[in-house]
Amino acid sequence: MTTASATTRPDTPVPGSPPTGPARLGWALADGWTVTRRDLTHWLRQPWQVVFGLLFPILMVLVFGYLFGGAITVPGGGDYREYLMPGMFAMTMVFGLSETVMAVVHDTSRGVTDRFRSMPMAPSAVVVGRCAADMLKSTVTLALLVGCGLLVGWQWHGGPGPTLAAFGLLLLLRFALVWVGVYLGLVMKGEGTIAVLQTLEFPLGFLSNAFVATATMPVWLGVVADWNPLSATVGATRDLFGHSGLAADGWIAQNAVTMAVVWPLLVVAVFAPLSVRRFRALSG
Amino acid sequence: MPTTQHAVSARGLGKRYGKTWALRGFDVDVAHGSVRGLLGPNGAGKSTAVRILTTLLRPDEGRAEIAGFDVAAQGEQVRYRIGLVGQNAAVDEILSGRQNLEMFGRLYHLGARSARRRADELLERFGLADTGTTPVSGYSGGMRRRLDLAASMILTPPVLFLDEPTVGLDPRARGEVWAAVRGLVDDGTAVLLTTQYLEEADQLADRVSVIDSGRVVAEGGPAELKERVGGDRLELVLHDESAVPEAVALVGRLTGSEVTVQAGTRRLSAEVDDRVAALTRVVTALEERGTSVEDVSLRRPTLDEVFLHLTGDRDDASEEAVSR
Ligand SMILES: Nc1ncnc2c1ncn2[C@@H]1O[C@H](COP(=O)(O)OP(=O)(O)OP(=O)(O)O)[C@@H](O)[C@H]1O
Ligand SMILES: [Mg+2]
Repeated sequence: MTTASATTRPDTPVPGSPPTGPARLGWALADGWTVTRRDLTHWLRQPWQVVFGLLFPILMVLVFGYLFGGAITVPGGGDYREYLMPGMFAMTMVFGLSETVMAVVHDTSRGVTDRFRSMPMAPSAVVVGRCAADMLKSTVTLALLVGCGLLVGWQWHGGPGPTLAAFGLLLLLRFALVWVGVYLGLVMKGEGTIAVLQTLEFPLGFLSNAFVATATMPVWLGVVADWNPLSATVGATRDLFGHSGLAADGWIAQNAVTMAVVWPLLVVAVFAPLSVRRFRALSG
Repeated sequence: MPTTQHAVSARGLGKRYGKTWALRGFDVDVAHGSVRGLLGPNGAGKSTAVRILTTLLRPDEGRAEIAGFDVAAQGEQVRYRIGLVGQNAAVDEILSGRQNLEMFGRLYHLGARSARRRADELLERFGLADTGTTPVSGYSGGMRRRLDLAASMILTPPVLFLDEPTVGLDPRARGEVWAAVRGLVDDGTAVLLTTQYLEEADQLADRVSVIDSGRVVAEGGPAELKERVGGDRLELVLHDESAVPEAVALVGRLTGSEVTVQAGTRRLSAEVDDRVAALTRVVTALEERGTSVEDVSLRRPTLDEVFLHLTGDRDDASEEAVSR
């Protein structure tokens, strides 16, 4: 172990106090980006984990599209794989939730979050950085899944505008769930709770119109499924992709696009402030 | 900028969880370039004190200043002047040591170039220069701790907080961390260090605060405290449980001090001033009576004994378990 006698101070003058005014925003963005880059570096260092994560939704497409697909009839008599893909897209956004929670819980339980909080970095950076990294990852996953969909015979029938809007809505759903995930991650104690969450993701995902029409469910279940935010996004993207012949029943189903915007924004409005507050006041 | 002669100064800090106070009426001063030890058992309130002083936790009572900046009101200025080595090594396990230090350097707003240069310097200084691209998950406990220390020294802060920095380390790794801390102190860093080991406080600290159940029960230099705690202890393990009561009386008479028996064992312990002479006296006397002794040793007081002594609970101690 080297025992250098004098501690070398960094050459760059270090400000003794944080910047104020507009400089502060740049400072916050730079810190957020540093935190995001950390995740990107994780992917580079553990590529097999990323690959495995991508494999899961693709397997789901194959299982549902080919294994179960034959037994499921689509309302209006369309192709099931065409019906399935928007559901799969949205479902994949939901499965991202536990990834977000896991990342946050891991950092908190290992003391990394405390280290960040004891440093003079922008208080928003950790949450914003987490959010950006998860959104990047979800965008890549979505692009891959679209490719997979095209291979199994799915395609969009609308113009570029509605198609892009559909992808936008899917990412908006993921954005909302990032904030839910960050909040849950900060509240949860211990990594064991994640298993519970992962188990809950399934009923949450299946209790929707992602795989089957809600009209085929018992009435009360159908109502719950209709009001599931996931259903709004799935319904809206089916509309926007121009999958015809899907009869829309009831107010909620007819206003899917509106609800696919309202639901996520509502969730963000609640969970983003909660998360930021929770982050500053951790275990306070 | 405010000036003060103390790197850390706290008055009447208190933090309550529900009805119990994790910390209450906590006062501490740490002079620049000195080491203050906070010595206490599990749940004493050590981490609570550190978390308040590093702006991680808001106190319910009292106030504290770091280098003249108020912990509650000037958190950001405080965070530019402290380093924290928390109770578990808070570094990214997937990244390499260098990547960790570069990331933290950027978050201290050093800029990419300086962050890289600083990472190199620190890796060299803490003996981690040849770890290359190995992820931290492949480090030994001691290496992790040293990386943790390096990460908290990126800005060379005037005040460093170490929360049980050597817990779970083997003696060699512990020595390495101690050497690293001493190096920092020689360069003028003030250190507040928590520990459960009397020896660690003895080795590193200029002043020690003993805390228990959220309160400071004693304060002073290590030598001063040890004097109050008493000398070394003679420990005997008897072969037969039936011989214990008689042996207690005998050892008490020969050493002139109170004898404790660890509940449910045949282990006796008593304070001795004249170490080897006392040991010889006791063992000879026991042998003459035909009491067979399984093991005998001289050791320093344990933390439990320090507490029992300082909190004045000695009466209970002679009947109850004095574990560890
Ligand atoms: N978030 C919390 N909620 C409730 N009680 C808490 C919380 N954090 C700490 N405590 C309680 O406060 C007391 C002091 O805890 P603290 O972590 O400061 O002890 P410590 O001296 O650091 O102990 P250790 O050696 O185990 O790290 C303990 O009784 C603990 O149970
Ligand atoms: Mg602690």
